[in-house]
Amino acid sequence: MNRRELAIAFALFLTVIGSGGFIAAYATGGNTLYEGLGLGGAALGLCLAALGWAFWILPAEQVVDEIVTYPSPHDQRVAADLAIERGIEKISRPRLLLAMLGGALACFGAALLVPLRSLGPKLGDTLFHTAWRNGSVVVRDDGTPVKVSDLEVDSALLVFPHDAVEDAASQVTLVRVTESEAPQTHGYIAYSRVCTHAGCPVALYRAPDRQLLCPCHQSLFNVLADGAVVSGPADRALPRLPLVVGDDGVLRATGDFSSPVGPGFWEETGG
Amino acid sequence: MIVERFADWIDERLGTAHFVHHALRKAFPDHWSFMLGEINMYAFVILVATGTFLALFFDPNTSKTIYHGPYWLLDGQQMSHAYESTLYLSFVVNGGLLLRQIHHWTALIFLAGIVVHMARIFLTGAFRKPREINWVLGIALFGVSMFEGFCGYSLPDDLLSGTGLRIADSVALSVPVIGAWLSFLLLGGNFPSQQMIPRLFVAHIFILPAVIAGLITVHLAIVWRQKHSQFPGPLRTEDNVVGSPMFPVYAVKSLALLAVIVFVVCALGATTQINPIWLWGPYDPWKASSPAQPDWYVGWLEGALRIAPPWAWHPFGRTIPSVFWPTVLLPAIVFGFLLLWPWIERAITRDHRSHQLLDRPREVPWRTALGAALLTFGFALTAAGSDDVQARYLHVSIVDIVHFYQAFTLGGPLLAFVVAYAAASELREKGGVRKAHRVSLKRNTRGGFEEDSVP
Ligand code: FES
Repeated sequence: MNRRELAIAFALFLTVIGSGGFIAAYATGGNTLYEGLGLGGAALGLCLAALGWAFWILPAEQVVDEIVTYPSPHDQRVAADLAIERGIEKISRPRLLLAMLGGALACFGAALLVPLRSLGPKLGDTLFHTAWRNGSVVVRDDGTPVKVSDLEVDSALLVFPHDAVEDAASQVTLVRVTESEAPQTHGYIAYSRVCTHAGCPVALYRAPDRQLLCPCHQSLFNVLADGAVVSGPADRALPRLPLVVGDDGVLRATGDFSSPVGPGFWEETGG
Repeated sequence: MIVERFADWIDERLGTAHFVHHALRKAFPDHWSFMLGEINMYAFVILVATGTFLALFFDPNTSKTIYHGPYWLLDGQQMSHAYESTLYLSFVVNGGLLLRQIHHWTALIFLAGIVVHMARIFLTGAFRKPREINWVLGIALFGVSMFEGFCGYSLPDDLLSGTGLRIADSVALSVPVIGAWLSFLLLGGNFPSQQMIPRLFVAHIFILPAVIAGLITVHLAIVWRQKHSQFPGPLRTEDNVVGSPMFPVYAVKSLALLAVIVFVVCALGATTQINPIWLWGPYDPWKASSPAQPDWYVGWLEGALRIAPPWAWHPFGRTIPSVFWPTVLLPAIVFGFLLLWPWIERAITRDHRSHQLLDRPREVPWRTALGAALLTFGFALTAAGSDDVQARYLHVSIVDIVHFYQAFTLGGPLLAFVVAYAAASELREKGGVRKAHRVSLKRNTRGGFEEDSVP
């Protein structure tokens, strides 16, 4: 063996070692690192050997292919055109039947498409309403009601209606500001947590600025201005949940959001 | 020899001798850039192989379970079966984590390879007649593969993938007139629906791979039929192709390419963690994480979402939300433009001839400049996709950085166009000098050489 052949032999040997290493790593419990390095080493050896083979051992040769595939010679094209023409002529002989065939195929196709409808249920008004109703108790994600004394000023909390805990469309961010900023509700203000931009949870409350921040594309909403967009790509204010504080100190909703929650869609306005 | 005996056996039944001879002596032009498409072919093979393994363990079920497994940090947590089975195949199945990481890395390389391959085809004019069909198929492959990658990324039902799906649903919702219906059709109900992961699973492991495999088959069959294009050079004309024969030289080189790709993805899979879903945690629609980035090939859409202005439009009192422009209209324009490019260029150049010889990028400065502008556009949007991270590191406000990227996305491509045009023109001048001195010789009847009169 000359030097080059020796080098290739070494590379092939690496493949043998790598394969063996992989099997050993697998057999001894499967360490991801060793398994991967074993397989990779085997492939590397193969690569090096093939390169050596291609550049050192095989003679460099060039071949020339003539291109004769297109376009086809004139007579063949004429023959093909003629075959198409004749075929069409024959098939369209009984005109009426041909039209009926077209109609029948269209009907059949339409029938075949109908089962697609099963993929989605009726739209209904599910995009317009959430589980919040007049009297819904505001609860945490473990189901416990939120009382007026529970939240510090400048803090925020994830809440749901009592009968739809963990319902994605009904999730709400409840924040507490000072009494003077929201006198009727002891400083409690609640907004839909579903971003009006692309639906991410508007989960971050920046208390000093009284702003809610959506982490997905950084839309900022003003808590004190009915959820109006301060900056970012959202095009619509966050829907606000109407709240009351009952005599028992428990927070309740007085109704559903006044507009659809979440990302925009065609029927969202009008109709 | 046994191989020849086998070839004879086949030939007696199928008459393949002529084909075999031509196939084995088929010319493959020797240029590194012709390997780019091949990378993708091999990456796809690796994806199918590793993906099949993963699919045998993954459970596309969104109903909840309580986790008890070796990853003790999540012990006792509620999560979907989909997420749990991904943990299982990562931590319990021997080789599972390795193959999962190889699968993900290969997917990233697959899409990167497609983009680079496309750039090569674009910049050298390889899409011109007679290769327009393959250009169109290639664009389709790019689109379907992006979609395929996104579906795969969405399967494990972790916090990032769930958030990505929520955004994807809002994209579907934003389509005028049929948006809500489209969203319901895709998800089988309001987001997050029980059916979305099972549907993505079927799309990811069956429908889309079948489409990709079909497209690749036709793509390659057409390459085979039309033969490779080639750069200008000695002996090379508009009616031939010059290169190494398929067998043995090219086959061995190609084997080396396959092996090096396997090496790279194995090394990455072994050493470099990718998408550690146990760190993201299971998806709950009310949880958010920041920063959150998608896989790189979706980054341009993410960036577009971030820097698009908040313009909702209300035709007939209805709504077209602002999400529509960056995520539906923009990709439609980009893909439409790419698909039509061979015909757009032909309308500009009025060049209706077939081309077997490629342009070097410098030889057509305006096309090269356009390619540079397109790539810059994609780069600017992709970079905008992580603007929150940049804002944090650079200590600038997010509003400022959004403005910067809005300007960059519009101005950057213009600048790139001008610079690339100037650079290509300059290089063309220099290249032209060398070209003028190139002569081709031919043997004359007396056995000497004389200059060939080039037609
Ligand atoms: S989803 Fe909230 S800013 Fe985009």
